[in-house]
Amino acid sequence: MNLVLSEPQRAAAAPVAVEPVVEILSAEKIFANGFRGLAPIDLAVGRGEFVSLIGPSGCGKSTLLKLIANLIEPSDGKIMWWRGPFDAVGKAGRQLAFVFQEPTLMPWARVARNVRLPLDFLRLPKAKSEQRVRAALEQVDLLPAARAYPRQLSGGMKMRVSIARAMVTEPDLLLMDEPFGALDEFTRNRLDEDLVRLSWQRHLTTVFVTHSIYEAVFLSSRIVVMAANPGRVFAEFSVDEPYPRDENFRESERFASRCRDLSALLTEASFASRKVGP
Amino acid sequence: MTPLAQRAWFWPVVAPIGVGVLLLVGWQAMCDYFEIPPYLFPSPKAIVTAFLDDYPTLLHALWSTLKITFQAFALAVVLGSLTAFIFVQSRVIELSLLPYAVLLQVTPIVAVAPLLIILVKNTPVALTLCATVVAIFPIISNTTIGLRTIDPGLLSYFRMNKVGRAETLIRLRIPSALPFFMAGMRISSGLALIGAVVAEFVAGTGGRSAGLAYEILQSGFQLDIPRMFAALFLITLTGVVLFAAMIGLQQMLLGHWHESALKGET
Repeated sequence: MNLVLSEPQRAAAAPVAVEPVVEILSAEKIFANGFRGLAPIDLAVGRGEFVSLIGPSGCGKSTLLKLIANLIEPSDGKIMWWRGPFDAVGKAGRQLAFVFQEPTLMPWARVARNVRLPLDFLRLPKAKSEQRVRAALEQVDLLPAARAYPRQLSGGMKMRVSIARAMVTEPDLLLMDEPFGALDEFTRNRLDEDLVRLSWQRHLTTVFVTHSIYEAVFLSSRIVVMAANPGRVFAEFSVDEPYPRDENFRESERFASRCRDLSALLTEASFASRKVGP
Repeated sequence: MTPLAQRAWFWPVVAPIGVGVLLLVGWQAMCDYFEIPPYLFPSPKAIVTAFLDDYPTLLHALWSTLKITFQAFALAVVLGSLTAFIFVQSRVIELSLLPYAVLLQVTPIVAVAPLLIILVKNTPVALTLCATVVAIFPIISNTTIGLRTIDPGLLSYFRMNKVGRAETLIRLRIPSALPFFMAGMRISSGLALIGAVVAEFVAGTGGRSAGLAYEILQSGFQLDIPRMFAALFLITLTGVVLFAAMIGLQQMLLGHWHESALKGET
């Protein structure tokens, strides 16, 4: 049984054997309008883990990801990156990259310049950044489109550009907020396969928000199931399948049974998410 | 080789020219047939003759008007963009200054011009100021909207990367604003010409710095209507050339990425 049910209200941080990259210590988020986005949460993400956040809408999975990205600050509690404050993020070995729901590319710049943007921010020498842009585009199979403009690309290609822009910084921590949500299933499966290969090759630590059970099981080493009202960790679910994973895994019976288990767990989480009281 | 009539540029160029030729021929024929006297309504031939008789003066006047127009347009672009940059720095600044920009916009320039011409001794400067007042508003309003219309996702991407204000302005805000700015430029270039001509009418200055408006006024006084038409056509032509230049500039800057300048394609 790979199902680790934890106490719904306040999940204890799962013991992580390897060095933690992100530690969330009783962090909670109450928005300005009084909405309780996240009840105090404890969660640790270890080096090389692929953690997916899944749950019904309003469970705070995007909020949690934004807390990890330091896009918003917790109302209470604290978050540590590499056992330290956020100031140290961005230094060698502590590079963070974020991929949004939308490709968010600059329409006036060619693909190569879009990918180079984070390197321009870092003031990297031109020759070096060109070389890294080439490598990143190669990883996502888009080298031939380097001189195209975003509007000339399909939705899936734009998303791959966005991933290349994240990979070009050679990140150690990759945060993705439902990046393939708007794509058709076929394209999504392909990109999932690319992502699983990339993160395995690069020993990435990844936190991934998704709505899709199949995507979560295919990609993750651990899945955090969340519930709403208030947003909280409902259960953790580990997928101890070896990497690299490919379409054979997707078609296997083990994959199907894991999806069934996760689906049952999500049903429970939705049930626990009903509003109580007035 | 593609036959001439099937090329992309053929019909957009040939059709309007054809209409123009037809109109001119018809106009000439009407004037000849009804023997309309040139002081009532001159024929195209009479207008061309009038232009050829007096082209040094008319071209000199055109040059004067062009100078005012370009100075005013340049001033409007620079001051208008700067104002827009100041506006987007804070809501308070925009809220406190925008009513005055609107005031400038809604007051008819014909009413303000005499005052400006009295206040400013140097006539060309006064004329340039009048035309600038007319031309500046579309630049201010369009650039302000453009600088504010930014993909929120890209903005948070920049924030997440701890990018400073100046770099965000250059890398994100200015390119995002460019299509809006160009639309403003297009309107403003036409308004600069209108402003220059109106100001010249009001000032009525002759001599070395006489513009096309003055030549129109003079021709009117002398009932030299063909010459009046010739001057009028020069103004129209200037407007068309300015408009075409703006379209060309827009195509050059936005052609490859922005919907407003994209050619039909699959």
